[in-house]
Amino acid sequence: MKPKPYMNPYLAGVLLGLVLLLTIYITGRGLGASGAVKSVVLEMVSNLAPEHTANTAYLKNYAENNPGGPLKDWLFFEVVGVLIGAFLSGVISNRMGLKLERGPKITNRTRIIAAIAGGFLFGLGSQLGRGCTSGSALSGMAVMSFGGIITMLAIFGSGYFFAYFFRKLWL
Amino acid sequence: MGPLVPYLISNEFNLVIALLVGIGFGFVLEQAGFSSTKKLAGLFYGYDFTVLKVFFTAGVTAMIGVLLFGHWGILDLSLIYINPTFLWSALVGGAIMGLGFIIGGFCPGTSICAAAIGKLDAMAFVFGSALGVFAFAESYPLWEDIYLAENWGPVLISEQLNLSKITFAVLLTAVAIAAFYFTHLIENKVTKRQTEVTKNKRNNYAIAGALAFVLIAIVAFSPSKEEMIESRVSSPKRHQEYPFKEVTSDQLAFEIAHNFHQINVIDVRSPEEYESYHLPLAINIPLEEIDDRKWEKIFKQKIKANYFYADHDSVAKKAYLLSNYAGKSANYLLKDSSFDFRKLYSNIEAPVANASKEVMNSYNYRQKLAIDMEKLVEAMSNLNKPVPIKTVAAKGGC
Repeated sequence: MKPKPYMNPYLAGVLLGLVLLLTIYITGRGLGASGAVKSVVLEMVSNLAPEHTANTAYLKNYAENNPGGPLKDWLFFEVVGVLIGAFLSGVISNRMGLKLERGPKITNRTRIIAAIAGGFLFGLGSQLGRGCTSGSALSGMAVMSFGGIITMLAIFGSGYFFAYFFRKLWL
Repeated sequence: MGPLVPYLISNEFNLVIALLVGIGFGFVLEQAGFSSTKKLAGLFYGYDFTVLKVFFTAGVTAMIGVLLFGHWGILDLSLIYINPTFLWSALVGGAIMGLGFIIGGFCPGTSICAAAIGKLDAMAFVFGSALGVFAFAESYPLWEDIYLAENWGPVLISEQLNLSKITFAVLLTAVAIAAFYFTHLIENKVTKRQTEVTKNKRNNYAIAGALAFVLIAIVAFSPSKEEMIESRVSSPKRHQEYPFKEVTSDQLAFEIAHNFHQINVIDVRSPEEYESYHLPLAINIPLEEIDDRKWEKIFKQKIKANYFYADHDSVAKKAYLLSNYAGKSANYLLKDSSFDFRKLYSNIEAPVANASKEVMNSYNYRQKLAIDMEKLVEAMSNLNKPVPIKTVAAKGGC
């Protein structure tokens, strides 16, 4: 069966905005993504190497502020929901399947390496910038946070700036 | 009034909410095409601006929604989370994220979405981002200076630009619509296609855009719920016509002395005035603080009746009307001021010897009530103190 076409982007935008609005109404905070990765990673590290955690300021601080680990973490549950929601959407639109998407001029191997490297940078940057495109840029825009909006401008500005240098990956 | 957590929804149940909104979030992201890295990269090379359209529309929708909810008193904007501004970490972190975006072709949320439908590159991206988080935690001392520099707190962009929230909302909406139009042109040019927007669609877009401005105009030009309540509770006409349930000092004194467990006596004057004198067992809720959440329970309960008093009729009446808005408790108004009450029940002067029987009776009556109230105040103030226990040393005997 052929995959169904994507939703109209403006309609999807309005729906996404309403999900975000509902989230702010119920919980007083916006959506997020990188925070969940953070809670899982830091919990793993502190379980595997408790001594190391006690000696590392950032880990120690996080462990103290989040004694429950991911299972008490709002963003962790939200991201589990994202997995479920995206999966459902993929199923009803026939987009499921192990696939790898890449630009026409690169090999699968290059694509995987680039994805890991890009993920690494995004993970690191999201910690420094206190949130990623969801938590900082999108949710920040909804509540008119200055920090959120400049983070958004920095993300997309830098994306456009570097786009030229990495065009071989995509075009 | 929102936010519902933690007042109406517990922190534990909030995790269930997280799962549910996450499902909505993931579903919409995937439906919009954010699970495709090519679509995401298209934003940066001009062949597909879906990301911008979805992202900007979502941001503007939620922003206008937040404004409206605040305006209608559905959401308390002073309680919602505003991402704090740390200038340098936002800029440097954002720049690193942008680089990661163009190399990896995802951002964290979209990579999770794409991984959920089986994209292998997305799984690699998620793995990479876990490594990145770990690397940041390990190298935190290197970043600490930038991470903590220029902490401006939760400032709003409207404040930074010296605009009202409404002006900024109008600007952002206009920018978004302009961006939609021009990116459409760019898309056509880059892909060398002429995708015409059908007339039907064009009409729908125009209506949606106009609706956004209409909603902002509602916020701008209609009185907010707060303003409406304020004008109603302070209108002199309403103060005259409203059927207030009023009590005299004697009636209230009787209630305090005999039914203290069924009433709240609420002093709505300033804390200073309250300190200098207040009715027996009265609590102090200054008029400005009535809509504060910490008092909500007093106005929402139906077990105890609330008795309001102040030194000015208009202040007490305003408090009475405000509490009508806040909840369903039975309300009463003390007709007299606190001075009148004080005159009748503190240091009561004995009438002259040849006073009429009536005067004597009311003197005795008040005297008794005053003593009862005093005893109560004394008893209540000891309520929370530890009970003194005499230590008795064991005495041996033969």
